[in-house]
Amino acid sequence: MVNSNKTIDPAAGQMLAKAQKDQVETVWDRFEAQQPQCGFGLLGICCRHCNQGPCRIDPFGEGAKYGVCGADADLIVARNLLRQVAGGTAAHVDHAYAAVETLAVAIEENTPYIIKDRTKLKAVAAKLGIDSEGKGDAALGREVVDAVFADFGNHSSKPMKYLTATAPKERVETWQKLGILPRNPDREIREAMHQTSMGMDADPVNLILSTVKQGLVDAYAGLHLATDIQDILFGTPSPVATEANLGVLKEDHVNIIVHGHEPILSEKIVEWARKLEGEARAKGAKGIQLAGICCTGNEALMRQGVPVATNFLAQELAIITGAVDAMVVDVQCIMPSLSRVASCYHTKIFTTSPIVKLPGAEHVGFTLLEADDKAQKIVRKGIENFGHRDKSRVEIPQEKTKMLAGFSVEAIVGALSKLDPDNPLKPLVDNIANGNILGAVGTVGCNNVKVKHDSFHVTLVKELIKNNVLVVTTGCSAQALAKAGLLTPEATEKYAGDSLKAVLSAVGNAAGLNAPLPPVLHMGSCVDNSRIGDLLNALAGYLGVAIKDLPVAASAPEHQHEKALAIGTWAVALGLLTHLGVVPQVLGSAKVTGILTGETAESLFGGKFYVETDPLQAAQGLIEHIKSKRKALGI
Amino acid sequence: MKQILVRTERCVGCKSCELACSVVHSAGKNLFSAVLSGEQPVRRVSVENSADRSANLPIQCRQCREPRCVSACMTGAMHLDESTGLVLNREEKCVGCWMCVMVCPYGAISASAEKTASKCDQCLSEDHDPACAKACPTKALKFVEISEFNKSVKREFLSRFLMGEEA
Repeated sequence: MVNSNKTIDPAAGQMLAKAQKDQVETVWDRFEAQQPQCGFGLLGICCRHCNQGPCRIDPFGEGAKYGVCGADADLIVARNLLRQVAGGTAAHVDHAYAAVETLAVAIEENTPYIIKDRTKLKAVAAKLGIDSEGKGDAALGREVVDAVFADFGNHSSKPMKYLTATAPKERVETWQKLGILPRNPDREIREAMHQTSMGMDADPVNLILSTVKQGLVDAYAGLHLATDIQDILFGTPSPVATEANLGVLKEDHVNIIVHGHEPILSEKIVEWARKLEGEARAKGAKGIQLAGICCTGNEALMRQGVPVATNFLAQELAIITGAVDAMVVDVQCIMPSLSRVASCYHTKIFTTSPIVKLPGAEHVGFTLLEADDKAQKIVRKGIENFGHRDKSRVEIPQEKTKMLAGFSVEAIVGALSKLDPDNPLKPLVDNIANGNILGAVGTVGCNNVKVKHDSFHVTLVKELIKNNVLVVTTGCSAQALAKAGLLTPEATEKYAGDSLKAVLSAVGNAAGLNAPLPPVLHMGSCVDNSRIGDLLNALAGYLGVAIKDLPVAASAPEHQHEKALAIGTWAVALGLLTHLGVVPQVLGSAKVTGILTGETAESLFGGKFYVETDPLQAAQGLIEHIKSKRKALGI
Repeated sequence: MKQILVRTERCVGCKSCELACSVVHSAGKNLFSAVLSGEQPVRRVSVENSADRSANLPIQCRQCREPRCVSACMTGAMHLDESTGLVLNREEKCVGCWMCVMVCPYGAISASAEKTASKCDQCLSEDHDPACAKACPTKALKFVEISEFNKSVKREFLSRFLMGEEA
């Protein structure tokens, strides 16, 4: 395969060759031009927090040991990490806040949004202690919105309600003892910025505890909140079959790609793309083909069955097909290069968020009340642009794979209840207890150009399922695994260990699939890591143990974003061994590295970070961990 | 013959060359493993700046044709290698008397952990491809033919002259 040193995805390899032919620069070229990357930055030992700097510490001890202010390597690394995690947390909390704002609009009459999932609304209300008896959707929705907004307006020292309402009790107590229960999400992010400014906290341990607190803000004011509210608005996902990879684009269709992270706009794009199909046909197209990238793609996939175009690292390559008429972006992980790449083809990039503008792209300012108008406008512009496509520059890879997605906790429990309606978790737990399922690993997070595209996700997961470890997945990891054909019943036949295969076949047949469940269950977008948390919570609750005692682990094999660090920090706080396949920027401090990956984190939380850059070794490490947890449980 | 040459006006003092030199002289030749193992490899380049902080210069052995360090060496450890044109130290002969350190006009010789003289060998063992020059993000440090370096300086002079910036 061409470009096999850069990617394992044949479609991406083919488009990279086209990029080279078309002389279009991609992320791989820019990474090459950045070599070698700064060692001080890689180790996290440079500081630009005040104008006496920039300062850097000599990792080999010959030069400066302290920054101008007196900060040593431990402090600089700890401060930088807290800022990174706060950055990731801010992104998720802002996303969740937008979802709550949408719910506040949906409960008003005659607005573009409605509540689609009353069951979920009642479930969320119940968690918040709100009685739904005799209340209509609007009234109940209002109470949920008010309860959530109260967290953002919490000026007391009481912990965040959404956390205490949704996190395991045992964890809340652990976090309370450490003094890291967040109060008001916005206040905690503000405090992290304050704490890391010049002349503030100089205690690396205290800074790490604040970092964990950010992880909790991320999880409960970001991930859980976003998932729950989005389910209320757009429906809780149920299993859906579709396809993945650039081969889903069609030469004779208007191709519109949704990219970013929030479903708020993309749900409307999907709605209007379906409604305006006739206009596309009038322009000579056979219809409108939607496809998704990154987590907006995952949201549209989980609820609407929109196929996956590709994942983070290949976002430019989608445009290089020459067949994308419109790429609509909302927030996060939008490469600034997109408009430059698009300028080499006919593709139009539409930015929509007031905080994501790309010079060279067309900005269609999206607002909730004008959602229908703006979505129509964008879809029409996409249809219009179909006529400008230069056929001589179109090359759509054939590559696409079948995939199953839509495995919300509700959907998984639904499938299991076909085996045991009274105790749906029992078959799963029994099969973990008897060793048919050795344990479970959640693979999540991004692509990172430092890793051969998709290779870590795929190699790690194949090794895990071969060893009877069930894999759940979200984000760009899920898209990598989908493109590799691992989200299919056939993958169970082909790659799963014998005992895992037997269990998945039994569940799949009982659920009426007439085939095994896939060995890798796609649980959604990155904010939907909350679903993995909820599943673990349910399993731990059923077994009467803490999450930290379960034979499970987490992995972000190719992480790049600050958001991944925030999610990972929460995973550790939840008690999970959390594998990172790319070295984070902390090695310049032996102390910080030691705390995060060693005894200290494990004794406080039951979880810790585990850095291993080789996928097979990482699989081995995760399997060893699962076995040790099984042993401790006596199973 | 290529030399390590510096366009001082491009040096931003980032010390990337120093780190790269340390790493290439560490056991695993890898930044992360060197830091994690607590090794303290001796670097052979060091970025110095002028007293008024107006100029930075990464300094390493200039590979003199008539090296004072070689003349001063009493054991014959320090020698001029005719085949490469490099001034090299035979560590097994070096007794650590530091005469070379005293006579070097550039301060380019330091002490290794084994108490022998340690100096730049232009990464001879790394295919004679100096790590410092590869690491320089602004291409201030270059491993180039003198004629090539000259030519670019001449061209830059000419353009400044034509712009009336040179008297």
